[in-house]
Amino acid sequence: MQASDRFNINSQLEHLQAKYVGTGHADLNHFEWALNIQRDSYASYIGHYPVLAYFAIAENESIGRERYNFMQKMLLPCGLPPERDED
Amino acid sequence: MYLYSLTLQRATGAVCAVIGSFSGRDSKKSAASGSSSSSSSTQEIAVARGTTLELLRPDPETGRLRTLLSVDVFGAIRSLAQFRLTGATKDYLVVGSDSGRLVILEYSPDRNRLDKVHQETFGKSGCRRIVPGQLLAVDPKGRALCIAALEKQKLVYVLNRDAAARLTISSPLEAHKSNTLTFSLTALDCGFDNPVFAAIELEYAESDRDPTGQAAEQAQKHLTFYELDLGLNHVSRKASEPIDNGANLLVTVPGGGDGPSGLLVCCDNFVLYRNQGHPEVRAVIPRRADLPAERGVLIVAAATHRQKSLFFFLLQTEYGDIFKVDLEHSNDTVTELRIKYFDTIPVTSAICVLRSGFLFAASEFGNHALYQFRDIGRDVDVESSSATLMETDEGFQPVFFQPRALKNLYRIDEIESLMPIMDMRVANLFDEETPQVFTACGRGPRSTLRILRPGLAISEMARSMLPAEPIAVWTVKKNINDMFDAYIVVSFANVTLVLSIGETIEEVSDSQFLDTTHSLAVSLLGEDSLMQVHPNGIRHIREDGRVNEWRTPGKKTITKVGSNRLQVVIALSGGELIYFEMDMTGQLMEVEKQDMSGDVACLAIAPVPEGRQRSRFLAVGSYDNTIRILSLDPDDCLQPLSVQSVSSAPESLMFLEVQASVGGEDGADHPANLFLNAGLQNGVLFRTNVDMVTGQLSDTRSRFLGLRPPKLFPCIVSHRQAMLCLSSRPWLGYIHQGHFLLTPLSCDTLESAASFSSDQCSEGVVAVAGDALRIFTIERLGETFNETAIPLRYTPRKFVILPKKKYLAVIESDKGALSAEEREAAKKECLEAAGVTENGNANNGDQMENGDGQEDGAEDRNTLPDEQYGYPKAESERWVSCIRILDPKSRDTTCLLELQDNEAAVSICTVNFHDKEHGTLLAVGTAKGLQFWPKRNLSAGFIHIYKFVDEGRSLELLHKTQVEEVPLALCQFQGRLLAGVGSVLRLYDLGKRKLLRKCENKLFPRTIVSIHTYRDRIYVGDMQESFHYCKYRRDENQLYIFADDSVPRWLTAANHIDFDTMAGADKFGNIYFARLPQDLSDEIEEDPTGGKIKWEQGKLNGAPNKVEEIVQFHVGDVVTCLQKASLIPGGGECLIYGTVMGSVGALLAFTSREDVDFFSHLEMHLRQEHPPLCGRDHMAYRSAYFPVKDVIDGDLCEQFPSLPADMQRKIADELDRTPGEILKKLEDIRNKII
Repeated sequence: MQASDRFNINSQLEHLQAKYVGTGHADLNHFEWALNIQRDSYASYIGHYPVLAYFAIAENESIGRERYNFMQKMLLPCGLPPERDED
Repeated sequence: MYLYSLTLQRATGAVCAVIGSFSGRDSKKSAASGSSSSSSSTQEIAVARGTTLELLRPDPETGRLRTLLSVDVFGAIRSLAQFRLTGATKDYLVVGSDSGRLVILEYSPDRNRLDKVHQETFGKSGCRRIVPGQLLAVDPKGRALCIAALEKQKLVYVLNRDAAARLTISSPLEAHKSNTLTFSLTALDCGFDNPVFAAIELEYAESDRDPTGQAAEQAQKHLTFYELDLGLNHVSRKASEPIDNGANLLVTVPGGGDGPSGLLVCCDNFVLYRNQGHPEVRAVIPRRADLPAERGVLIVAAATHRQKSLFFFLLQTEYGDIFKVDLEHSNDTVTELRIKYFDTIPVTSAICVLRSGFLFAASEFGNHALYQFRDIGRDVDVESSSATLMETDEGFQPVFFQPRALKNLYRIDEIESLMPIMDMRVANLFDEETPQVFTACGRGPRSTLRILRPGLAISEMARSMLPAEPIAVWTVKKNINDMFDAYIVVSFANVTLVLSIGETIEEVSDSQFLDTTHSLAVSLLGEDSLMQVHPNGIRHIREDGRVNEWRTPGKKTITKVGSNRLQVVIALSGGELIYFEMDMTGQLMEVEKQDMSGDVACLAIAPVPEGRQRSRFLAVGSYDNTIRILSLDPDDCLQPLSVQSVSSAPESLMFLEVQASVGGEDGADHPANLFLNAGLQNGVLFRTNVDMVTGQLSDTRSRFLGLRPPKLFPCIVSHRQAMLCLSSRPWLGYIHQGHFLLTPLSCDTLESAASFSSDQCSEGVVAVAGDALRIFTIERLGETFNETAIPLRYTPRKFVILPKKKYLAVIESDKGALSAEEREAAKKECLEAAGVTENGNANNGDQMENGDGQEDGAEDRNTLPDEQYGYPKAESERWVSCIRILDPKSRDTTCLLELQDNEAAVSICTVNFHDKEHGTLLAVGTAKGLQFWPKRNLSAGFIHIYKFVDEGRSLELLHKTQVEEVPLALCQFQGRLLAGVGSVLRLYDLGKRKLLRKCENKLFPRTIVSIHTYRDRIYVGDMQESFHYCKYRRDENQLYIFADDSVPRWLTAANHIDFDTMAGADKFGNIYFARLPQDLSDEIEEDPTGGKIKWEQGKLNGAPNKVEEIVQFHVGDVVTCLQKASLIPGGGECLIYGTVMGSVGALLAFTSREDVDFFSHLEMHLRQEHPPLCGRDHMAYRSAYFPVKDVIDGDLCEQFPSLPADMQRKIADELDRTPGEILKKLEDIRNKII
């Protein structure tokens, strides 16, 4: 790899994408985009305790259960991924 | 508009709590050096309450929790951990927050503050998915810590100490794994081997790619061990083993000689013991017998108790049951894991076991509690064990139990918590001097309506009637060394009554006090003699019973007296001052006389300074509106030192000495200070600093206390001199955590008061009011509000005030609970079941063992309070709900309607329809069969119309109208009812059998959650899309939106500010004001069509006009209610808000430009010089979602007094002021709010 390659836009983007989960790219499809949004949202709910409590009140669950449910939902937040086109 | 934001009541809920010896202090003797588990050091509890960090210490004698320190950190605290370096005696506190930084704090007890030892930046700020801060684990030997994010990132820091024994921290070692979620993190106890961290991990990369769903189904959680090689300075992923897919929490098992090491893995329904290379030991968590089968049992909080030869775990489930977990082990092999039912307490977010035998339970909602251990669960009880685990076709055989009354724990103290505040109203329903704050708090069976009053609570210990109305009261000791007071002396208009204090308080006549006249002063003089001043003289009663009487010359009478222990000054009618001093022989000698120009209004002598013969200062108040300081030194006796003119004639004077303190329990360094306080006739308390050398007066403050001239009395509060000011309500001036506070007391007007100390009550107050003598103590110092709680049945959703009768109408509803009748039936059934088991099976044995406890137990079972045990869970789609009419004065519920058929009340308002047939009616919106997942869904919505019967005490259903969506907002408008039904705004009129639709607008984007009206404007709040301003045109019978907001806002609360302005709060913790620009507003008002033509044209699918957001502020907590109100009589209105975490705050509009400049500069300097404790940048925090706009953070400004003196001076210089002036400004603006 040449020194100049390290600084071109693509490799920089790749670096960002590797380092920061959720950084988008031009070929991002709707599902991948939504996955990131959903996972970020759940992480934010868990991180902000008052928000977690707010959900817990609405659902009449304990805060611990609500946190666990959100963690579990981070596995497959948007349902199953779509079939890939074979190209 | 510029606003000053001030938190009135800090958050009262708890996010997490840890226990440690943060002060490093020994309760008895110095700890043996080198022993890390010295049992004599005191323990403190560090509690994170959202954005504040608090340090609590239980007092082992009284069993009460005392707050040592409470700091606002301007950031969200997400995790706490404590650690201790080997051989040290003091614990450090590690904080994981949203700052993208790791912060290690050390508590310094001398200065009562937390100091930042280390601050290590590792990522962006904010609560993000891959930025660590959520999970925290520290090696039990304090050698390393690991901080992790929910996904991917884990950082390990090595902790060590340098030559000077200071804590050092390494640069971070990465233990990242992409596409992996972390559920829980902990450190293994492996003695002095390399530190090992364990995490529950779940990888999702496969399931993201597999469209068949097979990968997601097979996704397997792993228990991963990370070893830190201290020699190589490297973290390696040592092992990763599959684990039960319900795993959610890890608990460290003691090791290194104390136990087998390893982990408890808490899963849905199970607890497992795991260790590297150890077979899994599994036991089921016992289930409540009434739990629906589809529900699991999850552990939400855990605590470990370790003693020399024993350890056990207390695990709390999501239903509140605590289980004791024991491990049977030989060497490092665990053979059996036993889970035994321990007790049931309300669900907590953290439990802490203290070495002194206490258990601190930080409740997730509602009051926190401190329990004492009565036993450690040694009795036989329902138990599940790994040895008896049975696997059947349907899975593992469950074990059932019934909750019972507390057996092992005993509650000894409670800390009030408002969390969550669901709704709030400020009103003066009790016709008191200040309005009350009514808050609907809590959840489920622990719901309460709490009435908050600004001020300190008093608890009355005795009240007795006197024969006439007294005018003054004193207490005296017989000897200066006595612990307790000997007499209470009460003066009436022409007699004096002496009561002696002993076992009881009774009248005595052998006290030598002159009882045929009224008294002006009674006090202890010298070491052991008493003095009574009456209009005709001074009576000096020596210890041996001799009485010396000094009589006034001629026909003059004594009008005023000032005295301390050795000096007495009297003022005679006509304005003559006579000064007496006590000589060596204990005689009271006249020293000097002085004629004042006119009558003397009041007198006071400063207390004798420690180690001195006399005090130097006499303060004389005159009717010419001046206060003079006279010298009492022999060489310039009664010569004036300084003069201060005041706004009105002084009524009462008092010197308050603040003793120099270096360190101490609750204070930083204070130089000695002398304050002169004066109660003026216009009701103002005037307070000024007296120079200890020259007697010059400086730094004056004044505060209006009430309609009557304040009378000042000394008293003792937490071993310090304090001051009672009795105006139309009593106030207490005292020092708390290094600050002087002047706070009202919650009791009626008092005439006169004195401190009181006796065997039963060491620090009380005796006071007279009317013809009653009252003895009370002052509680919960430092609190802004005191509260009275009225229990409710379900989670309160909203309430309204019925102004005519001053009643409250509350709607309460709970999801997934059984109705009252079903609960009743279930209880009966379970009682019968319990009766059966008692009649002969395994349980019988332990029942017999308990002996007479059996009967109590049986009885308790009958009346297990739901507040403690929670309601039994029902299927999640079931709702229970009720409507309640409450008389807050008598605390009676006059009417309670339980809704039937799975209906839940969601909105309420009072409405006067214009036909006036029924007068005021109550409209309640309900939803039937409401579900949130996967999408909001309901079988029907209704609007109930009730009429008041029985003088407003009761309700009668007039009719109910079905609607197609959830009616989340109701409001009266021009003699009709406006309802937000889903996304439709509809105007209803009252019909005979149902409501009649008059007009509607379907153009709202999501769901209408709030409606406010003013004149012909309607302000509608949308659940996701902020405010919409509407108009109703009566002639065309049309509702149309003329302006909306361009910012999406998930509204949680809204309030109307003025014709063009609305205040709102969103789900992410922001408060904002939206205003329609003046020119647009005028244009719409002048337009004959009211902007309708423009509306018809539309603009980008929205309204033609946009409101502007003129104020932005991040509170950092979900605001659930907003109200414009004034908390003090005659004060300006401010915006009061309440939050989910149970805090109450206020936003006050500035009235002058100078104040804005001053406070914004002060805020700027504090941001620079005093950055927040947990590493979050203050400006970034307040701008977390939207840049902060035109709000000055009073909480930050109020940290100014806690800065070191040189820093204060530096900032003050920059602002061209003195630190005193800044303090005065801060005090002034706070006094405008509360």
